[in-house]
Amino acid sequence: MLKKYQMPLFFFVLSIIGISVSGLSPSFVLNETVNRFVRNGVMIFALIIPIKAGMGLNFSVTVGAMCAQMGYIIAIAAGLGGKLGGVAALSLSLTFAIVFGVLIGHCLNQVPGKEMITTMIIGFLANGFYQLIFLVCVGSIIPVKNTEILLSRGTGVRNLIDLEPFRGVLDKIFVVTLHDISFPMFMIGVVLFFGAFINYLMHTPFGKEIKCVGDSSDRAYMVGINSKKVRIKAIVLSTVVASLGHMIYLQNIGMLNVYTGHLKHEIFASAALMAGGATIKDATVRQGILGLLVFHTLFIVSPQAGQQLFDNPALGEYFRSFIAYGTIALALIVNLKNSETV
Amino acid sequence: MAYKIIAGFLVLLVALAFHLHMDMIVLLNLSFIKFAMNGLLVLSLIPMLNAGMGMNFGLPVGITAGLIGMCIAVNFKLTGLVGLLISALLGGFIALAFSEVYGRILIAVKGREEIASTFIGFSFIPLMNFFWSLVPFSNRQMLYPIGGSGLRPRIGLNPYFTSTLDQLWSIKVGNFVLPFGLLLVYGIIAGLIHYFFKTTSGKSICAVGENDAFAKASGLNVKKIKLLSVRISLVIAAVGIVVYAQSFGFLELYDAPLMMAFPAVSALLIGGASAKKGTIIHAIIGTYLFQSIYLLSVPIANELLLPEISEIVRNIITNGIILYALLISEKGGRYA
Repeated sequence: MLKKYQMPLFFFVLSIIGISVSGLSPSFVLNETVNRFVRNGVMIFALIIPIKAGMGLNFSVTVGAMCAQMGYIIAIAAGLGGKLGGVAALSLSLTFAIVFGVLIGHCLNQVPGKEMITTMIIGFLANGFYQLIFLVCVGSIIPVKNTEILLSRGTGVRNLIDLEPFRGVLDKIFVVTLHDISFPMFMIGVVLFFGAFINYLMHTPFGKEIKCVGDSSDRAYMVGINSKKVRIKAIVLSTVVASLGHMIYLQNIGMLNVYTGHLKHEIFASAALMAGGATIKDATVRQGILGLLVFHTLFIVSPQAGQQLFDNPALGEYFRSFIAYGTIALALIVNLKNSETV
Repeated sequence: MAYKIIAGFLVLLVALAFHLHMDMIVLLNLSFIKFAMNGLLVLSLIPMLNAGMGMNFGLPVGITAGLIGMCIAVNFKLTGLVGLLISALLGGFIALAFSEVYGRILIAVKGREEIASTFIGFSFIPLMNFFWSLVPFSNRQMLYPIGGSGLRPRIGLNPYFTSTLDQLWSIKVGNFVLPFGLLLVYGIIAGLIHYFFKTTSGKSICAVGENDAFAKASGLNVKKIKLLSVRISLVIAAVGIVVYAQSFGFLELYDAPLMMAFPAVSALLIGGASAKKGTIIHAIIGTYLFQSIYLLSVPIANELLLPEISEIVRNIITNGIILYALLISEKGGRYA
């Protein structure tokens, strides 16, 4: 019992220490935690299915994030706003996510046992192509209707795009305020819905196939499951959920950092999931939600805590990065130690 | 295979450079310096690769050791060759200390060393950021100008040992300058590694890399041999960053080493190394091709008025080659 919850408990204790050291008011911290919960919530669920399918952490969720950004950029570039723009951005990013998900799935079927490092490299490579397209090709090879989004030299998209037509459209629905803490009930519902959806999916025949492939592909072969196909489906689903998650993230932020907005989400989502007590071999929706809460609370308070303790906010920043990378490193080492390799 | 594509690309860039009337002699000079500057970091991957521990994506661990060594040398204001030697020696010793922990962790995660080492490297960087901001060095030129504590992210090496090796025994023929001292240092270390793999210890590393169950059955201490390869790798990486920094002219701390492993891995793969075996020749060919492409692409991109493109192309080549190597190395695996 204690072992199962040792990671979230550790983070919880750290957060409590952080809150008391930082001197931030609990209502501020709670507000921020709720905000980050709805902002980053969906992305974390994108990681669960590949883990269940035995592929470890899917670091190529950044590709899903890039799909979401492409959807938004194309909608803005075409001068679409409002509902039409939203639908266009959504359908475009989903299409991209499915196409790239299939591609990634095929790649991963070539590298059994090395999926994690491969997804990481795929993320970096995709980032390269993404930069090439938006910094070099747009405006020169690809014509753009809305020239406001271009750099002054006429080639390449600006670093920052204002998502004015989409800002907070979902967050503003059905907000309940208790004292000075506001709860965007609709968005909390959306995050919980995605969690419930992933949970439900694992109980369908498809989910059972995924689990079977994750346990042992030989057994999957014996009962006649095409593991290759199941793995591709798992990655497509993961990429699609990731792109939806990033669309929600962007409408919450309201600004699109074209060249950096998609980076590091894979690290933070993975670290939050691990903080919730998940391993690289098994993860549940409950661990995801728990991880989101404890990990982001720590994230909110650590720069201020660094300021208070050492008179240097940068130290809190380093602590944050260390926690993010270190949590994943620890999870990898603990899980892979003495385990027979595939 | 990969090096043919890259060599073709290099020929294309050279033709383009001729077309744009660039000074080819200067570029040739620079290509040698860039080659030796980055060469040792690439060589450092070989021992661990041959011991079956995969590509050492945890290169930042070794690099950090070298950086600490250099910081100590700069703190005591050591200059010239003495400064470089002391930096390399101190860096080497610190690398040995790091490798005891790093090596043991990697041995424990056998078979998944690559992803584990990536994240050990990634998490080691913020940990060292604490060290850089809190370490009590006293040389004012290393510290933040305001406040007077914490090391600067970029320390100029100009008064200490910038280009010391680059200019050592350089041979001038007209406009062409051959950095003989720099290439000699590279050559000696490469030669030592080559010779090492002919000795019993070197051969036992390769034996472990090829089949560690068999190596164990024939009486080799697999753990000890793997630890030896990690030690050698990290020490060369520490020396490598010293050579790199003297060419570059700056000591780059904090997040600078975070992504340094990827270009080095890619260079070794371009040279023809597989995901399981690499030789000195692979490292030499790969480093020269990779660095020359980067060197040429910068002025060409500027000429085309798209300066960002060289960084992007480098990124795509780096990760494209690594992905390609991963994909072909596992062909015929369980799902193929």
